[in-house]
Amino acid sequence: MAILEAVNLKKSFGGVVAVDNLSFSVETGQIKSIIGPNGAGKTTVYNLITGLLPPTSGLIRFNGQTITGLKTHTIASLGLARTFQNVRLFENMTVLENVMVGCHQRMGSGLFSAICRLPKFRREEKQTAAVALEKLALVGLADQSQRPAFSLPFAQQRTLEIARALAAEPRMILLDEPAAGLNSHETVQLGKLILKIRQMGLTVLLVEHDMELVMDISEEILVINYGKKIAEGKPAEIQDNQEVIKAYLGEDFKGR
Amino acid sequence: MAKNLRKLPSGRWGIAIFILCLALFPLLTVNNPYYINVMVFVGINTIIVVGLNLLMGYAGQISLGHAAFYGIGAYCSGLLTAKYGCSPWLALPAAVALTASVAYLIGLPTLRLKGHYLAMATLGFGMVVYIVLRQLSWLTGDSSGLMGIPGISIGRFKLDTDLKYYFLVWTMAVGVLMLSRNIVNSRIGRALRAVEGSETAARTLGVDTARYKLQVFALSAAYAGLAGFLYAHFMGFIGPSTFGFKFSIELVTMVVVGGMASIWGSVLGAAFLTILPECLRVAEDYDIVIYGLLLMVVMIFMPKGLTRTTVDLLKSRWTASPVSQTNEE
Amino acid sequence: MTTYSQVVQYVITGITIGGIYALIALGFTIIYNTTGIINFAQGEFVMLGGMIAVSLATTGLPLLCAALLSVLLVTAVGLLFERLAIHPLKGASIITLIIITIGASIFLKGVAMLIWGKDAVRLPSFSGDKPFHILGATILPQHLWILGITLSVMLLLHLFFEYTILGKAMRASAANRLAATLVGINVRKMAMCSFALSAAIGAVAGIIISPVTFSSYDVGTMLGLKGFCAAIIGGLGSSPGAILGGFLLGILESLGAGFLSSSYKDATAFCILLTVLFLRPRGILGRP
Repeated sequence: MAILEAVNLKKSFGGVVAVDNLSFSVETGQIKSIIGPNGAGKTTVYNLITGLLPPTSGLIRFNGQTITGLKTHTIASLGLARTFQNVRLFENMTVLENVMVGCHQRMGSGLFSAICRLPKFRREEKQTAAVALEKLALVGLADQSQRPAFSLPFAQQRTLEIARALAAEPRMILLDEPAAGLNSHETVQLGKLILKIRQMGLTVLLVEHDMELVMDISEEILVINYGKKIAEGKPAEIQDNQEVIKAYLGEDFKGR
Repeated sequence: MAKNLRKLPSGRWGIAIFILCLALFPLLTVNNPYYINVMVFVGINTIIVVGLNLLMGYAGQISLGHAAFYGIGAYCSGLLTAKYGCSPWLALPAAVALTASVAYLIGLPTLRLKGHYLAMATLGFGMVVYIVLRQLSWLTGDSSGLMGIPGISIGRFKLDTDLKYYFLVWTMAVGVLMLSRNIVNSRIGRALRAVEGSETAARTLGVDTARYKLQVFALSAAYAGLAGFLYAHFMGFIGPSTFGFKFSIELVTMVVVGGMASIWGSVLGAAFLTILPECLRVAEDYDIVIYGLLLMVVMIFMPKGLTRTTVDLLKSRWTASPVSQTNEE
Repeated sequence: MTTYSQVVQYVITGITIGGIYALIALGFTIIYNTTGIINFAQGEFVMLGGMIAVSLATTGLPLLCAALLSVLLVTAVGLLFERLAIHPLKGASIITLIIITIGASIFLKGVAMLIWGKDAVRLPSFSGDKPFHILGATILPQHLWILGITLSVMLLLHLFFEYTILGKAMRASAANRLAATLVGINVRKMAMCSFALSAAIGAVAGIIISPVTFSSYDVGTMLGLKGFCAAIIGGLGSSPGAILGGFLLGILESLGAGFLSSSYKDATAFCILLTVLFLRPRGILGRP
């Protein structure tokens, strides 16, 4: 069953068409990657899915429900979380607090109970901190929890962003170039983390330039160029697809 | 883990010492009621500045029109009591509710704007309110403002001296400080700081940013309304000039000089910029020159505000580890 | 007086004051485009221009000399302000910069009060005060001076930005700072130029308006804010927008004061500002 479906998705900025009649679906529990040259429209697809941008036409279904036109935070509360290509941490907070923001929607306390510090509020704060620490432990950042987020090294900032997204307990997570700026060792670790996330029952959509990582962990790959789908299939099929090689991977890729 | 959780109710000792200082302050200044008078204004300004800091420092939304809410609170309470014989204790919730509601309505279209546009919209709102207050003589009966606002009494106990009023103002100010501290270290507080950090990221995590921006805007206006109430009944007379653009700017300056996103900084900023003009009064006409100059110098050399700069300085001197305790207050 | 001639009268007054708003708005726009800063001290340049010219004129200097000297002096103030208060700051936040320019505005106002006192003064009209009548409306010669000089300044600015190297360089650094740096433009020097230019324009506005509305140490704040409104109404960052916004604001304000209520005259500008911000935040001619 498909957890995410995009149907005839289109987005144009003025005269420039960034996403052009794109249809694809992601199966529940799958790791699927979207690849394509720079400026192919991958991040725009993410922004359309998460409701940060309204599509010009077409629609997106998540879990059978049409989510086009919904507000970003509503879409998030349906179980869709994401990370950003250029890391967007809350730099004014500690590592732990960053993750606690991720827990926002499943906490219930409002302004009043926070002001009055009701026992219920204290309990919930404690539980949330515990959950957040759990997520940090999952990505291996538990010992950094009290550091200001901006002081983390870059690779850890990326993993923190993943932990924060996981704290929202999503059904599906969209990762936007999580390996960008990581060295090869860190990339391997990242691959393991993504597999672990899938094992927890989450569906993963991955936009990534690191082909080794993509080929290693994806079950299916969608290739887009100029906002259009040029191929879709298993990693092996994509590697052999002449169209893809021509448009994107380059001649030397076959040699690997 | 236990260590992390212990951080949440931090700073109780700080508050206790602060309250003690406030309680002892009058003893030190028995012979000079003037100091008490100035401290009343420090307290009133603290209340507004804390609210404005929640909005600006924590949620990252600028307001150049906060004096308007102060004015709305003062005029609402003043009119109800002086013209309609209402008890101040009934006028207080009315004033607070009115300012919060006005803020909510104004916030709906305004808070969608960002940066300079938000600054300009709040400035415009402040100017409009100021001009309307200036034309209120048909209501107040006097072109210069509203006179005859009664004092406050608790039961039979009349708060008829500056000292008694000092305790009322600071009780409320401490209350507001503690409420705000609680908010900052909560789900809502984190949501607000998330808006400041990255509104986009906050939204993708399920935070209804528009709603929280509105809430904090209304809350900060409610604080200003409370301060307006305290001001009106302390002075017994209010005029529109108190609530103009100049005061809005002074409020923003208090926030920034004290330190953005710092509750204690708000107290410091309010105190510094309330006491400074009093000191400069000695210099007569030179006061606004020195004031403007100081404003620039502080901003150029300490863009993070007095509190943060001092704290950073102390930290770099005494701690070698970069993993220092990050204390929000 | 018929309604028709009243309208003409208000529109003419509106165009006159609108020209002043447009000049101030242009000053804002120039600084905003090159540096991204909203200069709240812009109104003080206007005040200084008027006050300095008046002082110089009372020493017996010919009007033209006094005016030119005043523009030069205010330009120097603008340069000094940029060097001392803006230049040392790198990567400061919007709020910090806003407060610094506000601090400068308070400071300049204070200095003006110390030097010239609190009384309003007036520059003599450039060519007498004998009014003449057109379409039933009374016009002072000074109105024509204001309009003429305003339009000339706009034309000169246009020529400057289109045809001189410096003007082109300033436009380039406004369009894309990085690219401008790469082709060898000293972007920081452009910031200095923008402050000098804005100060000069502000001074001109202050001088030509002085015979009509008088000058005093505290006229800057309101004029500055109105100019700011004009800039936003027209579209922040757009020069044609600043001009359009200025004239529009002047005319609407004058009509509003005439037909609705003069006590709410100042509110008109801010109500228009709010309406524009709520309905079309990027202004009339602003880029999306």
